[in-house]
Amino acid sequence: MDPTQSKQEYQKYVDKKSPNSPTGKNIFNAFWTGGLICSIGQIIMNICKERGFDQTTSGTIVSIILIAIAAILTGLNIFNKIGKFCGAGSLVPITGFANSIVSPAMEYKSEGYVMGVGGKMFTVAGPVLVFGISSAIIVGLLYLIFNTQAVTLV
Amino acid sequence: MNINWANVFDWMQLLRCFLVGGAICIIGQILIDKTKLTPARILVIFVTTGAVLGGLGIYKYVVDFAGAGATVPLTGFGYNLAKGTIESAQQNGLIGVFTGGVKAAAGGIAAAVFFGYIASLIAKPKIKKQ
Repeated sequence: MDPTQSKQEYQKYVDKKSPNSPTGKNIFNAFWTGGLICSIGQIIMNICKERGFDQTTSGTIVSIILIAIAAILTGLNIFNKIGKFCGAGSLVPITGFANSIVSPAMEYKSEGYVMGVGGKMFTVAGPVLVFGISSAIIVGLLYLIFNTQAVTLV
Repeated sequence: MNINWANVFDWMQLLRCFLVGGAICIIGQILIDKTKLTPARILVIFVTTGAVLGGLGIYKYVVDFAGAGATVPLTGFGYNLAKGTIESAQQNGLIGVFTGGVKAAAGGIAAAVFFGYIASLIAKPKIKKQ
C-alpha cells in the first residue's frame, strides 16, 4: 500500500510509524533518576552539615555543586543523552535549570559571545527567574498586608 | 575534620528524600507526556508552585520531611525565593520584600549564570555539514 494515497491513510501511517511514548516506562525512569539526583544532593548536604555549615548554607552549596556538574555535562554533550533517558527526572531538579541555560547558549555560539552566548542563555532561564522572583514578591507583599503567613492560606 | 559517615548516610532520611524527589519528578513527567507544555513552561510552573506553596507555609513541611528531596527540584528554588522574601520582610518591611528573595537564591542564580557561561565557552560547537 502506498502510504501517501490519501490524507486519512497517511495520518494512519504516521500514527503507526511514530513512536508512541511508553508512559509507564518514562514515569518509572523519571522517578528513580529524579530520586537519585535528590539523594546525591542530600548526601552533599549531610557532608556540609557535618563540616559545620548551617542548613541554609548547606542548601546553597548543594545547588551550586549540582548546577556546576549539570552545566559542565551539558557543555560536554553528555547531559542531553542522560536527559533523553531520564525525561523529567533530570529536568525537574535544579540540574534542568542549569541545562536550560547552557543548551541554547551553545546553540547560538556562532552569533557571538555577547548576544549569542550571553543573550540566549536566558531563553528558558529568563522566564523561570521572572515568574519565580515575581511570585515571591507577591507572596511577600501579601505577607506584609496580612502580616501573618497563616492568613495567606485563605 | 572528622566526618561521622553514619550521619551522612542516614538511610531512612535518604529513602524519604528519594521517594519525595522522585514523586515530584513523576508529576513533571506526566505533564510532559500528557500535555503539550514545553519544558520552559513546566519549569515555570514548578518554580511558581514552589513559591506559592512556600508562601502558604505548606512546602516547609515537605522540606522538613524530605530534605533535599524537596529543595533540589525546582519547586525548592521557588520555595527558597518565597522563604527568603518572607524572612526579609519580617526584618526590613517593604524593602525586604524586594531584596530577600533574590538574596536567598543568589548562590544558585550566580552559579547558574557563571558555570552556564563557562560551560558554553568550553562546549565544542557541532560542526554542521555543508
